[in-house]
Amino acid sequence: MAFDELRVNGGSYPLAAAVGRTLAETLREDLGLTGTKVACGEGHCGACTVLLDGVPTLSCITLVHTVGNRDVTTIEGLREHPLVASFVRADALQCGFCTPGQIVSAAALVAAIPSPTREEVRHAMSGNLCRCGAYPKIEEAVVTWQD
Amino acid sequence: MARLIRTEKEVEGHYTEQWIVVDEDALDQWPAGPLQTVGKPAPRVDGRERARGEATYTADIQLPGMLHAAVLRSPHARARVRSLSLSSVLAAPGVRAVLEPGDSHVLTDEPGYHGAAVAAVAADTFAQARAALAQAAVEWEVLEPLLDPDQAVEKGSLVSEPNVSERGATERGVSEAEAVVEAEYRTQTVLHNSLETHQAVCVWESGRLDVYISTQFLWGVRATVAEQLELPPDKVRVVCNFMGGGFGSKNGPGEYTFIAAELARRTGRPVRCALTRREENLATGNRNSTIQRLTAGARSDGTLTVLKGDYVNSVGFEGWSPSTGGPMELLYACENVRVAEHGAKLNTPPNAAFRAPGFVEGTFGLECLMDELAARLDLDPLELRMRNYADSDLVDGRPFSSKNLLECYRRAQPHWARREEVRARSQGPWKHGMGLASQVWYGGGGPPSYAWVRVGSDGRVQVVTAMQDIGTGSRTAMAQIAAEELGLSLDRIEVSLGDTSRGPFASISAGSSTIPSMGPAVRSAAADAARQIVEIAAQRYHLEERVLSLRNGHIVSADGGSWPIEEITELLGEGQILGKGARGPNPTGMRTLTFGVQLAEVAVDIETGEVLVDRIVAIHDVGRVINPLGASSQVEGGIIQGIGHTLSEDRLLDPGTGTVLTQTLDAYKLPTIADVPEIVAEFVDRPDEHLTNLGSKGLGEPPIIPTSAAIANAIRDATGANVRSLPITREEMLRALRAAREREGLERTAETVGEVRSA
Repeated sequence: MAFDELRVNGGSYPLAAAVGRTLAETLREDLGLTGTKVACGEGHCGACTVLLDGVPTLSCITLVHTVGNRDVTTIEGLREHPLVASFVRADALQCGFCTPGQIVSAAALVAAIPSPTREEVRHAMSGNLCRCGAYPKIEEAVVTWQD
Repeated sequence: MARLIRTEKEVEGHYTEQWIVVDEDALDQWPAGPLQTVGKPAPRVDGRERARGEATYTADIQLPGMLHAAVLRSPHARARVRSLSLSSVLAAPGVRAVLEPGDSHVLTDEPGYHGAAVAAVAADTFAQARAALAQAAVEWEVLEPLLDPDQAVEKGSLVSEPNVSERGATERGVSEAEAVVEAEYRTQTVLHNSLETHQAVCVWESGRLDVYISTQFLWGVRATVAEQLELPPDKVRVVCNFMGGGFGSKNGPGEYTFIAAELARRTGRPVRCALTRREENLATGNRNSTIQRLTAGARSDGTLTVLKGDYVNSVGFEGWSPSTGGPMELLYACENVRVAEHGAKLNTPPNAAFRAPGFVEGTFGLECLMDELAARLDLDPLELRMRNYADSDLVDGRPFSSKNLLECYRRAQPHWARREEVRARSQGPWKHGMGLASQVWYGGGGPPSYAWVRVGSDGRVQVVTAMQDIGTGSRTAMAQIAAEELGLSLDRIEVSLGDTSRGPFASISAGSSTIPSMGPAVRSAAADAARQIVEIAAQRYHLEERVLSLRNGHIVSADGGSWPIEEITELLGEGQILGKGARGPNPTGMRTLTFGVQLAEVAVDIETGEVLVDRIVAIHDVGRVINPLGASSQVEGGIIQGIGHTLSEDRLLDPGTGTVLTQTLDAYKLPTIADVPEIVAEFVDRPDEHLTNLGSKGLGEPPIIPTSAAIANAIRDATGANVRSLPITREEMLRALRAAREREGLERTAETVGEVRSA
C-alpha cells in the first residue's frame, strides 16, 4: 500500500495528513474538494459517499491512510456523468446537500446495472438520506439516466 | 409613490401590526394558467451547480487562518456548574481561545436542558478543539428535572400565559349535539435534522463582522447579531448563498454564531462553529410534543355544533407555544369553538418552528376526531367535511382573499371513489384502507421586501435581492417571474442572492412566505426595467410607448414591428438599465390562507402491526403556481417528512434523567427512499385575485400538515382501530388494534344483552 500519495479523480496528490484523519477531511480540507459533504460524520447518512475502485464508500468513517493505492472518485470526478443532467432534469434535488453523495451512489449502481429497475434503485440508494424528500425524483433520475 | 400604511404581518401564524412603507402595486395580475415561463415546469437554475458539488454551502467556506470551535454542553437536563476549570483546555495542542459562562450570553452555568451550551474553545483543527474540551474540569450539581407536561401546567411552569379563545357558547353546542366524540391525541417530539448542521463562520475586519451562516433569514440574523453585539446593522454582513436545509430551525443566529463571533474577536482570526450531528439532535430545536384533549359534537346530519380543544405543548426550557388549536379555529364553520393552549416549560431542549408548527400537530388531532365523529354518525368523512365548509373566517368574520377548498374536495372525489377497490385488496393479515384529511395554513407572505433588476447591454438580466434559497427552489421561481415580465427566456436571467451587502432587504424563508413575499417584488422590479426598455425603444424607433411590448426576447410593436431586445440594450455600452421593485401591501380586511386535502391508502398487517403507506394524493390550493415541477417536489418532500412524523421519527428522552437518547441518524429514524409511496400532487392553480400582482401563496408547509391524519384515518378505515398517538409504531398499532377488539367485544356483549332484554 502506498502511504505517501492519494489517487483522486485520476490525479495523484502527496498525502501529508496526520494519522487518524479521515478521507472526507483530507478531500475537503486538504485538497479543497468540497463537493463531498459531511452531514453526520459517523456513517449513517451517505452524504460523504465516494468510490474506492468503483465501490461506494463512506469517506467520513474511512481513515485516509487505509485507502492505499485504490482510486478515489468523488463528485468532482463525476461532473460530466449523465446522472448530473438527469438529476437536474428530474428535479431530483432540493437543498442539494445530499446530492453529490446520491449521484456517487447512483454512479456505482448504473455502472453495475445500466438499466436498474425501480426496486433495484430503492435498494441501492436506501443508504443515502435526503431530508428534503427528493426521493421520488431521485428514483426517476436514476431510472432515466440514459435518456 | 411611497405610501405609509399600517398593516398586519403574519409569519408562521404570528400576527403583528406594523407601519410599513410600500410602493404602489399597480401591475395587473397576469391571466391564470401557464404563461411563457411562469406556470411551466422549470428545472432548478442552480441545479447543475448543486449536483456537480460546485455550490458553496456554509459548511464549505474555508478562510485563511480559520479556527474551529467546539462547544461544551450540559450532559444533564438540569444542573448547576459548581466549578469549572478550563486551564487544561487552554493548554491543549492547537487551542487559541476559550469561552466560559459570562464571556457570552449564550453560555450558561445553570443549564436547563441536555445540550445547553456551557463553554467553548477555538483550535487550529476541529479534532483539536474536540479533544481539548475533554480536558475541561467540571463539577456538576445535578438537579431534579421537570419533564412531565401535565405536571408543568398544574404547577404553572409555562413559557407564556395560556392562550384561550372562544366563540359562541360551547356548553350549548354540547347540549345541542346528537353525537359527541371525546378523545385524547398525542404527538411526539420530532427533530428537523437538516443535512447541513447549524453553523456559522465569523470574521472581524476593521470593526465589521462578516457572518457566513446556514440560515433561513439573512436580515433577521443581521438584526439580531447587530443588536446583541451593539453594532450598527450595516457593520454586520450576512452571507448564505447555498443552504443545506432548515425546515424552520434556522430562522435566527443561534448560539453558534455568537460563539464564533466572540472567539473570532478574541483571536483576530476567522472562526467556524459547526454543530455535530449529535449536537444537532440536542440543541437546535424540535417540533414539540403535544397532548390534545378534544371534543366534537354534531347533529345527526353532521352539522358541527361544538369543537373544543385543550392543548398542552411541551415547549421545553425556552421557545414559544405554537398555535396547536389553529386548525380547530379556522377549518370548519362551527359556531361554538373553544381552544385553550398551554405551553409547558420543561427541562427539555427548546422547540423551534418546524414546517407548520402547531398546525401539523393540531391537524392530526382535529382531522382524526372528525373521522371518529363521521364513524359515529355513519357519515362519509368527505361528506362531513363538505357539510361544515367555512365560507368565511369565523374567528373574526373576515372574507377569505380566496378559498378553493371545495374545488380540492371536488378533485378528490375520483380518488376517494377508489375506496371500495382499495379495501377489497385486503388479504390474510393485511388490511387495506383509505383516509383523508384537510389542511388550512397561512402562506400569504407580506411586505416589506425589495428587489432590483439590472439589464446589461448584452440583453441579459440580473435579479438582485438579499433573499435566500433554502432548497425550495425560490431562486428558480424568481428567475421565472423576471423572465415572464421581461419577455425573455429563462437562460438569460441570473439571480444574485444570499448577501446582505449586495442586495436590498428580503423576506424570511419561513411560513411559506418566500414566493408570496418576494415574487411580487421581483415582478415589480422587472416591470420597472421593462418600462424603461420600452421608453428607450419608443424614442429610438419613433413610436409611441403604448404600442410597444416585450415578447420572446424582442421589442414588438402593435403594427407588427419586431426588434431583438439587444438592439436597444446595445446602445447603452457599459450603461445598464436598473429597475427596482417592492412588495405591495396585503389586501385589507381579508384573511389570506392556503387550503388542501390529502388522501392516503395504507396497508396494515394486523398480526405484526406493520403499516405501509401505498399512495398519497395531495390536492392543494395555493393560488397561482409559478413552477409546477418545483411545486410537486415541495409536495413530495412535505409528504415524506409527514410520513416520517407519522410512522418512524421519535426523539426519545430518558424518562428518569431527561437526557436525549436519540442523537444519531441510526437511532432517529428518517424516511429513506425505500419508505416512499406513490405520490400524486395536484394544484387548483387559480391566482388569488386579491393578493399582490402575482396571486401566489406559499407551498412549503401545506403538504406536511394533513399527512399524519390522512394516514391515521386510512388505518381506521382498514382496521377499525383508532390510532391516537404518534408515531404509529408497531407497538402503538397493536395497542390500537387490541383496544378496537375490546371495544367491539363490549359492543357485541351490549348488543346481546339488549337483544335478550328485548326478547
